[in-house]
Amino acid sequence: MGHRLQLAAVSHCYVEGKCAIIDIDLAIEQGEQVALIGPSGAGKTTLLHTLALALEPTRGTFSWGGSNPWLMASRARHQLRAHSFLAPQQPPLPPRQRVVHAVLAARLTRAGAWSALRSLLTTPADTDVREAYTALEAFRLQDKLWLRCDRLSGGERQRVGLARMFVAASPVNLLDEPVSSLDPVLGAASLAAVQANAAARNATMVVSLHDVNLARERFSRLIGLKDGLLQFDLPTEAVTEERLRELYGAEFGMAVANFGLPDASTSQQNVIVTGCG
Amino acid sequence: MNALTSNHNRLHDPVWHQRLGWTAALLLLLIPALWIVEFKPWIFFDQQSLKAGGSFIKSFWPPAHDAEFLRLLVTSTWNTIAVATAGVTLGLVIAIPAALLGNRVLSVSAIAHGRMGVLGRAVRGVVRAVLIVLRSIPELVWGLIFVRAVGLGDTAGVLAIALTFGGMMGKVFLEVFESVDRRPTLALLNNGSSRIGAFLYGTLPTCAPELASYLVFRWECAIRSSVILGFVGAGGLGQQMELSMKMLAGGEVVMFLLAFVALVSLADLVSKRLRAWMQ
Amino acid sequence: MDAIDPKANAEATPGVPPAKPAEQGIPRLFLLGLAVFVVTCFVTLKGDWSGLFSVESLRKMIGLFGEFFPPELSPSFLKKVALGFFETLAISVIGTLLAIVLALLLARPAASHGPRRAVARLLLNGLRAVPELVWAALLVIAAGLGPFPGTLALGLHTAGVLGRLFADAFENAPQEPALALTRNGGSATSAFWYGTLPTVLPQLVSYVLYRWENNIRAAAVLGVVGGGGLGQLLYYHLALFHFSDAGTVLISMLILVALVDVLSDRLRRTLNA
Repeated sequence: MGHRLQLAAVSHCYVEGKCAIIDIDLAIEQGEQVALIGPSGAGKTTLLHTLALALEPTRGTFSWGGSNPWLMASRARHQLRAHSFLAPQQPPLPPRQRVVHAVLAARLTRAGAWSALRSLLTTPADTDVREAYTALEAFRLQDKLWLRCDRLSGGERQRVGLARMFVAASPVNLLDEPVSSLDPVLGAASLAAVQANAAARNATMVVSLHDVNLARERFSRLIGLKDGLLQFDLPTEAVTEERLRELYGAEFGMAVANFGLPDASTSQQNVIVTGCG
Repeated sequence: MNALTSNHNRLHDPVWHQRLGWTAALLLLLIPALWIVEFKPWIFFDQQSLKAGGSFIKSFWPPAHDAEFLRLLVTSTWNTIAVATAGVTLGLVIAIPAALLGNRVLSVSAIAHGRMGVLGRAVRGVVRAVLIVLRSIPELVWGLIFVRAVGLGDTAGVLAIALTFGGMMGKVFLEVFESVDRRPTLALLNNGSSRIGAFLYGTLPTCAPELASYLVFRWECAIRSSVILGFVGAGGLGQQMELSMKMLAGGEVVMFLLAFVALVSLADLVSKRLRAWMQ
Repeated sequence: MDAIDPKANAEATPGVPPAKPAEQGIPRLFLLGLAVFVVTCFVTLKGDWSGLFSVESLRKMIGLFGEFFPPELSPSFLKKVALGFFETLAISVIGTLLAIVLALLLARPAASHGPRRAVARLLLNGLRAVPELVWAALLVIAAGLGPFPGTLALGLHTAGVLGRLFADAFENAPQEPALALTRNGGSATSAFWYGTLPTVLPQLVSYVLYRWENNIRAAAVLGVVGGGGLGQLLYYHLALFHFSDAGTVLISMLILVALVDVLSDRLRRTLNA
């Protein structure tokens, strides 16, 4: 079974007339890497949640590998969820949990309940520790392995959330603003790491980004979303300044100035927040 | 005229008749209540009561201290601890599955729609109802019933504590599970993990210390319950105390009372230490 | 920058993860000790456990619970139950009121300094340490069977509980209102009534209501040792194996407990509003 994702005229409305995404037509092939851009409130998060089976479309059809998950039995649909990895913007890490367990939590879809419990009660198996360690190494967090999550800075938490993706090893990966708490240099490096990981596994990746330049630099396909509507879905070289200006409207100058060219104050602030070497 | 009354009223407490009404109502309710409970403090001072009470108190001294009695004291004290611990352990066997089954956060059907399926709601409703029934019946009543069902002895006490405390702990565990930050659990569930996995890695780390300290606190309460259950024949210190009281053996009663107070203070101390250590 | 590339990492020998720090987690020795303690408790229990989980005894137990139904509903018996119902309610109310008076008397010295404090705290601890049921069993010896020793027993134990809570509330209350009154020449007593008490009153009321909910459950079972109320009826009918009568008493107990919970919740809301 392939993992081609297809949306046909999909809308998600909370109440009639109040919709987060409207009539989206989209197809993403397995192994493709796509960036989702657009101003705040454009519906990027809703779109990602829809792709992750966390939200059911109120209209239209979503098909995964050719079949509609919402017509499946609940159990089959839940098994399908194990094939998609969604990383929310706020990394959902329990404060008292240690980093090693937080990363290994992504393995739960593969591991049985007993091994999960044993790993918590005594200590994770050596192979599991190594897996978590390798994932953390990719984000230069290896020395945080045995720390508790509440000892991490915001940027470190976000990268632990990304390290989970390596362990989950899902064919479909949906990352919501994965580098929002990182300084530009570290953000680009972390993005490169997840992209390389996905590419090595021929896994699909959809990433929402607020940094337009980063998106243009690292992705060959860009999807522009505004007010819940699909504005464009183009290869990166076809996305002109004109289109971006249209997408962001008056915010455009700010978006590029703020996110594209890191000014001294933001990057310094982020370094303090992330505090990583 | 109007101005006069309003001026006059201003000096009056505007809620005085309300207060008077409440006071009167309370007094009116109090009198029949006092009558019902046969509130006659003077009966303690009539000849017969003074004699009965006096001779009982006099028999407190000297406290019983022969070797055989002391052995009984020690074994029945340990028995009380054993009944309490076994009861709480069996109570956990009820509470943990119930708290997991009744947990609304762990609903897979609620992921996408925000509300649970019919089956999920029914199961959770039944579990919660069972927990309410278990803990609304006092452990002493369970004890009375089990003494009839399984005979005098420890078993009745253990079962009584297990059911009542299972109900109480189940309810509190449920509340704790549902009150901590749900996002870690939901994220795991959303990525396809099983309910039990999402619970172990998403919910449990946040609330484990809280649960453990509540459990220790419950164990302390179970020690008290275990003594009381002895009065209906469920073994331990309470049963021996009741026998001594029936025989008006004050010297034994006073020793049992001292042992009980010491045990409760010890449990209190252990519980405080453990909880401080866990925080 | 190259260190962050996962492929580069996979090719290089991945660093060996550091060992788990020793001080983390629950000490194994503690877990082992706990396990030994719990197992010893089970092993030393007297009674036939093998029989308990057999099919036969399970059937017996289910049969027993079945015998509670249908509950006895003859008017003469219902009248008896109604009497027990109100007697239990009255025991809980009067017992709690007695406890409030006694607790207020003891809480002021318990919140003061010096030997008065020590004596009052000792007394409160003594009252609290002995459960209401044991107090009742003791008082029944002097006063004979009936609701009065039960009420008194409830009052004594609850006074210990409330007294300590009250004393802590007085100690933690802001001192300024009372100090302002004593500085202006008020007596310590008037400073207490007009300065301290009003600031902590809502807290005291919520303690009392919480205790009342607790006491209705206690009052329902005090009868087991001869302290009157529904408990006495239940004990009597269970002893004689009148299960359908006992069923009626049990149901009325549940109703009473639920009623008091609702009432106390209402009161709390009115008072907090």
